[in-house]
Amino acid sequence: MNTPEPFLGVTSHTPVRHHILSVMVENKAGVLARVAGLFARRGFNIYSLAVAPAETKARFSRITIVVDAESAPLEQIVEQLDKLVNVVAISDIAPKDALERELLLATIKTNVDNRTSLLDVVGSSGAAIVDVDAKSVTLMLAGTPAACDELERELENYTTLELHRTGRVALPRLGKAALIAIPD
Amino acid sequence: MQLTGAQALIKSLEMEGVEVVFGLPGGAILPVYDPLIDSSIRHVLVRHEQGAGHMAEGYALATGRPGVAMVTSGPGATNIVTPIGNAHMDSTPLVVITGQVATAAIGTDAFQECDITGITMGITKHNFLVKSAHEIPRAVAAAFHIATTGRPGPVLVDVPKDITQSMMEWWYPESIEELDLPGYHPTVDLDADRVNQAIELIKDAERPVLYVGGGTLKSHASAQLLAFAERTGMPVVTTLMARGAFPDSHPQHLGMPGMHGMYSAVIAIQKSDLLISLGARFDDRVTGKIPAFAPNAKVIHVDIDKAEFNKVRRADVAIRSNVAAVLEAWDAERAMPQNLEVWWKEIDAWREAYPLVYDEPNDDGLLRPQFVVESIAKAAAPGTIVASGVGQHQMWASQFWKFEEPGTWVNSGGAGTMGFGVPAAIGAKAGRPDRVVWCIDGDGCFQMTAQELVTARAEGIPIKVAILNNAYLGMVRQWQEMFYDERYSEVYLSPDLPDYVKWAEAMGCVGLRATNVAEMHAAIATANSINDVPVVIDFRTDSSEKVFPMVAAGASNDDIMVHPRQRESQ
Ligand SMILES: Cc1ncc(C[n+]2csc(CCOP(=O)(O)OP(=O)(O)O)c2C)c(N)n1
Ligand SMILES: [Mg+2]
Repeated sequence: MNTPEPFLGVTSHTPVRHHILSVMVENKAGVLARVAGLFARRGFNIYSLAVAPAETKARFSRITIVVDAESAPLEQIVEQLDKLVNVVAISDIAPKDALERELLLATIKTNVDNRTSLLDVVGSSGAAIVDVDAKSVTLMLAGTPAACDELERELENYTTLELHRTGRVALPRLGKAALIAIPD
Repeated sequence: MQLTGAQALIKSLEMEGVEVVFGLPGGAILPVYDPLIDSSIRHVLVRHEQGAGHMAEGYALATGRPGVAMVTSGPGATNIVTPIGNAHMDSTPLVVITGQVATAAIGTDAFQECDITGITMGITKHNFLVKSAHEIPRAVAAAFHIATTGRPGPVLVDVPKDITQSMMEWWYPESIEELDLPGYHPTVDLDADRVNQAIELIKDAERPVLYVGGGTLKSHASAQLLAFAERTGMPVVTTLMARGAFPDSHPQHLGMPGMHGMYSAVIAIQKSDLLISLGARFDDRVTGKIPAFAPNAKVIHVDIDKAEFNKVRRADVAIRSNVAAVLEAWDAERAMPQNLEVWWKEIDAWREAYPLVYDEPNDDGLLRPQFVVESIAKAAAPGTIVASGVGQHQMWASQFWKFEEPGTWVNSGGAGTMGFGVPAAIGAKAGRPDRVVWCIDGDGCFQMTAQELVTARAEGIPIKVAILNNAYLGMVRQWQEMFYDERYSEVYLSPDLPDYVKWAEAMGCVGLRATNVAEMHAAIATANSINDVPVVIDFRTDSSEKVFPMVAAGASNDDIMVHPRQRESQ
């Protein structure tokens, strides 16, 4: 008998057809669970998700969700989200109209042989060193998701002790509006 | 005025005009049951919390007002999850109050703690965990506002015990702004452009069908529907959720569409060139195989919930509105389709060729379940409300009862919850004591919630229950017969175990049995003469009867199977 391999998931940095939803929610307990639960039960895929208190208005938070628009029609995702009572406003930013940024933090094992080349990688990618000790270096990059992807690829030549990415946040480019805006 | 949180909770329910609460007390909700003694609100003490939820649903469906249930934390709360899910699927306005363990104990696995707001997140329109006594009025007012506006649905309010026990200065929200719901916008102004685009489609239509769903009942649009249908002459179909929205006796009514719909209703939709969906949601039980559903029809989709648009079927014109407002706007513009004479000729031919039929009642053998339903309907007072369980008997009730007005059909559609019938009938009767309420139930369904007849007897709520006792989980049996080579797996129940007459009597009801046509008529007459206690009739029906017409699950509606007797001619 052939035992099937367990499904380990696939790692890809950006779904084929992604959209960025910027969702303003009431800053109340359980709201993130409501949003995540909605995606799970409707079979919508979340690629990345970032949450933080929203600008000026302390009672709201902004959730930036990168959705896989292959998994469900975007219209359904937006309309179902809008039905959540705690969701105040949604804007959908098409990738070509978006300024997307993400933060990458990584701790890399170093030795005398590779320190110089690592510093080159840091320099050429626009990353910065934020912590150093005798055996390792922690670096950070704030940049486009593509730049983070590229850095991650280059770091494959080193021993990475830890690598964290925040998931992206986005704003429309100046002069571009969000596609669907359900206003507050 | 200083009140305890518990007093504020009861007073808030009074402010919302609540006349009856269905519930059962326990530790965490105990403080609230004390001020209830001094309240004008009637409390109906159920025997199982599932009963409380379905009673509240039956109350809402029969009266159009929100149903209210109140239970304790932990198992009390989980017992009412099924009715909440049911109300969510059928967009029934419900407010459910649950007790919760004290705030400091939340998250510690305290006695009878459960995360009921987490459990019901996906099956409520919204829910609240109340964090202070001062917030109770706002939470209750918001719950009623959310449950009853836009697309209605269940809302749960979870109230920890320390909060109902603490003091607050009484206040009550006086405006919607005070409810603090910045993300909730249940209605919008009618979009005149879309109304006109729809009128353009109507003008071109030669084979239109008014596809009427539960939203038409929810928006109280029956009068507007009748006016629009009569002025335009269009045929009407009413889904399982919309029975009663348009009179069954009306010549333009083709009946119910869908898996067990009338042949003419199903085929008229299939052949239509314009489908006007009024508060319906293209459920799979209506559409059958989606790509084959009404393939040549343009679609006008009217719904208050815009998430329904393009979910299943792409709409040519989607109008976010309650149904009544759109029909009024179309009437004001005198929207008219083409001459429908040819269309009606076709429809009438289908109606004539394939009416609802069943085999003749036989005097010595078992009863035909369809004949039992027809006979009860014929002997029933006008305006009788009918509740049902889920299964074959439900389909026969929908097919063979003649519904003439809104609020007379109380049923579990989207969820298909067995055991809904008896408690829902009790709730309906509690809300409409002036009406006769029959529950057409299955033997399987009856066994799931029959204990609520004790509640009915104790509370003086005299419903009538007709068990179509076919000794089987009949609907499942039908599928096994038709699609699993008659390999019957775990569907036999026995006609005699339990003894339904003795069981009814033990619960303080009148129990009757009918095994042939003469006994059937006598039992119905006896039941109709009893108006002080609940009556249960055990009708022994033929277990081989199947529901027709039928569209097999996943099949195209074009492949509708009519009654075997009608097949040669098909
Ligand atoms: C709670 C629940 N469990 C299981 C089912 C699946 N189911 C649908 S109809 C049916 C049989 C119902 O039997 P009965 O009440 O005797 O009605 P009949 O079909 O015989 O008229 C079952 C088991 C269901 N709908 N609900
Ligand atoms: Mg049965």
